[in-house]
Amino acid sequence: MIQYEIIGAALVFLLSAALAWPLGKFIVKVFLGEKNWMGFMSPIEKLIFKISGVNPDKEMDWKQNMKALLGLNLLFFLAAFVILSIQGLIKFWNPVGIGNWEPTLAFNTAISFMTNTNLQHYSGETGASYFTQLAVFAWLQFVSAGTGITACALLFRGLTNRSSAALGNFYNLWLKSCTRILLPLAVILSLILTVSGTTTNFKGLQEVSTLEGETQMVAGGPTAPMVAIKQLGTNGGGYFGPNSTHPFENPTYLANMAENIAIILVPMALVFAFGFYIKRKRLGLYLFGVMSLLFVSFVAISAWQEVEGNPNFAKMGLEQTVNMEGKEVRLGPVASSMWGVSTTSTSNGSVNSMHDSHTPLSGGIFLLDMFINAIYGGVGVGFINFFVFMVIAVFIAGQMIGRTPDFLGKKLEAREIKIAAIVVILHPLFILAGTAISSYLVTADPELGWLNNPGFHGFSEMMYEFTSSSANNGSGFEGLGDNTPFWNIATGLVMLFARFLPIIGPLAIVGSLAVKKHVPQTAGSLQLETPAFASVLLAVIIIISALAFFPALTLGPIAEYFTF
Amino acid sequence: MKTLRTILGLTLLTLLLFGIGYPLAMVGLGTVLAPDSAQGNPIYKREKLVGFENIGQQFHSNRYFWSRPSAVDYDASSTGGSNYGPTNPEYLELVRTRIDTLLKYHPGLTKKDIPVDLVTASGSGLDPHISKEAALIQINRIAGIRKVPEDKLKELVEKHTEKPLSGIAGPGNYVNVLKINMALDELSTKK
Repeated sequence: MIQYEIIGAALVFLLSAALAWPLGKFIVKVFLGEKNWMGFMSPIEKLIFKISGVNPDKEMDWKQNMKALLGLNLLFFLAAFVILSIQGLIKFWNPVGIGNWEPTLAFNTAISFMTNTNLQHYSGETGASYFTQLAVFAWLQFVSAGTGITACALLFRGLTNRSSAALGNFYNLWLKSCTRILLPLAVILSLILTVSGTTTNFKGLQEVSTLEGETQMVAGGPTAPMVAIKQLGTNGGGYFGPNSTHPFENPTYLANMAENIAIILVPMALVFAFGFYIKRKRLGLYLFGVMSLLFVSFVAISAWQEVEGNPNFAKMGLEQTVNMEGKEVRLGPVASSMWGVSTTSTSNGSVNSMHDSHTPLSGGIFLLDMFINAIYGGVGVGFINFFVFMVIAVFIAGQMIGRTPDFLGKKLEAREIKIAAIVVILHPLFILAGTAISSYLVTADPELGWLNNPGFHGFSEMMYEFTSSSANNGSGFEGLGDNTPFWNIATGLVMLFARFLPIIGPLAIVGSLAVKKHVPQTAGSLQLETPAFASVLLAVIIIISALAFFPALTLGPIAEYFTF
Repeated sequence: MKTLRTILGLTLLTLLLFGIGYPLAMVGLGTVLAPDSAQGNPIYKREKLVGFENIGQQFHSNRYFWSRPSAVDYDASSTGGSNYGPTNPEYLELVRTRIDTLLKYHPGLTKKDIPVDLVTASGSGLDPHISKEAALIQINRIAGIRKVPEDKLKELVEKHTEKPLSGIAGPGNYVNVLKINMALDELSTKK
């Protein structure tokens, strides 16, 4: 009944796009400070600003905004690091009595949640108290997503400015992104999940006497509110170790659809929002089209591979070969691939099937998706990554037609192109250097015992970990034994740099574009809303990702595919 | 100094709002709106907690429908999948053993009829479901031991087979193992 599974996946895509359109309009209202129906949050926001001494109407340029962003994030990190290190001493909301964390794990996890990555080297139900899950993780899932959305808002503003350095007020945009965009959506999703059977209580471990008379200890807890924001804010940090494969995180097919929509909703909405904000709806639609073309192709390849399944099973004499290892029967292979591509496109990183157990090419698609890291992308930052690709595409297209490239009425000059080029190169640098170092270490000392799978697949496990860190994604080939000082520190640093440099760089570009004079559009200007430019953009994305990563892909997923 | 006050204030206040206030409100609201599902749909038998609708259990006995293999033996306090890659020799060996076990306990079963979900482990290690085929191939074993006619068991499987969402979306054709095994016990006591 594969057709019903395909219908399910198609519904998720269509519903997400349909909901993203009005949400995009609403987001623009929040960005521009126009009146909107979430206005009732105003007293709370005003109180928070008053206590913190913030004047939300104060205009700041790109450097002041970056300072505010970095300062606030530094404090997020410190708060999380301290709480994790002394978790055992906090008796509140800790019914199972879970203890303190060692420093490298606390370092890794604090960075991971601050950077919206949610790479998890711990397991939720055994490693984190309810207090940690909510007051550290769920909190950071809001405010880190808010940080990304705000960076995007600053970018939009800079692109529409006519010779003005003011990009808006970081604190104001950030708080309102959390209270007016993320919070209402999270409330709705949390309720849908609770009704579907996601635990929403503080019960601790419960003892079940099974039908066969054995004892089963069942971990539950305040799961629904955390899962809701984990999906909406492209965070992905699961309440339980196996994330949304767990029946308490993702109890039914309906819940699965709702969560999958939540994964791609805000990222899609921000693409439309860009069109509304700069008053070029069609451009928004074109960009959405380019992204969706890649997205749908990726889902199709991944699902086809999973349904074809594992040829080794046919060799054993089975007729059914669908790859069900690491998958849930209630969700099936197509929904698993749909989710896998959604989560790797958007730097979400939650999973509803074990990516380590996917067939080689499906796992390779997930890697490719994170190499690009801009198909809808993480909330806010995904669009910023896409913006960098656009700058490069405009530059290349400009060279082709022999004109100084201009983008939305601003001349792109050497400084902007240089920054864009450096930002584009960082991602492959982090991933390939990290994978090379870890491959060297594991070859030099096989006793390390990092890998759960031998051969090419083991290489993929290490490459996936660095890719996921650098893309601020957070999913993993979880067979990797990653809770060691090496992995904690290495991926911690990668997540840190891969988060902030690709925000600072593009905003520096925008900062310099914002003060430039507007050049009027002429017949000779590059037209962005054309199939020709869409093709150049697509080519730039594929060439950059393929050229940089193809050799590494052949050593991992592609080599494994040919061993079948 | 002013910046310090700002970032301290914003950090603490948002922590209170999103880390404490929001989850508390959702737990409160959820418990009121859907008291049963907020607890994860627990199943009680004579006041005793015997399971949760969606949390799978291990079944060793020949008298019951078996669940899927699990990388954590259905330990719901520390869950997870196997994380085996599809070409891992260790994994393929494990699958072979599972096939042999199934063949041993189900006379008449041939390799090509073995449903793939019965020889692979789920991601959570707690999958509550098996496919309808996986339930059907177990019928002759259970019928023999429980001395129940096979037709009756087939009816039971039909009755417990779930449909795709709204009849159009999602896999469908699967059976909740805990629920069907409870029904199986009732069937035997009634007789």
